[in-house]
Amino acid sequence: MVHIKRLQEDGADILAVVGEIDASSSIELDLAIAKSVGEGSTRILVDCSALEYISSAGLGVFMSYIEEFQDKKISMVLFGMKEKVANTFQILGLADLLNIRPTKQEAKRLLNELSV
Amino acid sequence: MNYQYNIGCSLENLKGVRDFIRKSLRSHVTSDVVLNEIILALDEMCSNLMIHAHHCNPDHQLELNIDVPQKGKIIVEIMDDGEMFDINRFHEPKLDNLIHEKRKGGLGIRLVKSIMDEVQYTSRDGRNICRLTKKVS
Repeated sequence: MVHIKRLQEDGADILAVVGEIDASSSIELDLAIAKSVGEGSTRILVDCSALEYISSAGLGVFMSYIEEFQDKKISMVLFGMKEKVANTFQILGLADLLNIRPTKQEAKRLLNELSV
Repeated sequence: MNYQYNIGCSLENLKGVRDFIRKSLRSHVTSDVVLNEIILALDEMCSNLMIHAHHCNPDHQLELNIDVPQKGKIIVEIMDDGEMFDINRFHEPKLDNLIHEKRKGGLGIRLVKSIMDEVQYTSRDGRNICRLTKKVS
């Protein structure tokens, strides 16, 4: 259903989400983010270019980290969403609450600005 | 056109729900974004029912019916035997509260109400019927 690959690049953790996130698989996303944070990452990029679908369960995972990340000074930027996936974030107005950028380059730039 | 699909109440089956809706509506909905919205709304409705009304018991069945009575109008009915789970009776939590309480729920109902034009509940022969209507261009 969903597969999450993790790699490091320029001091950031990149979580590449491949497949579909729904109520049965959102736990995978949650565990991947928790693991990254647990191992001390403060700069996280989420590559959504191979994310085909996300339901509220997946959106809820991202939402659930907003406060913790503010408290711990952790920055997270999502990028590369397909139009139909980006639309799901927009319906709920989450695009304003989360950091979302079209490309990896723009996401890295924002991550650098946030980390200053 | 009429399409029907029956599934057991296991979250593993949501993928099947999405595939069924995609296949049934592919020729009726031209926009990929709108098709994804309808798929999303039905996924949310089914997962809500599976979790809250049927406690993910795979022996409990949901019956989905899709009807396209005329061009540009889509009606989906979800039938089940459980306790009625009426999303119109739930007040969607404010987004601020969702962040604060770290609740990983409540967003689904908001999505369904934003996407679908109508959500109506009835019962027939002791079964619950949730009818969702969406106009598409």
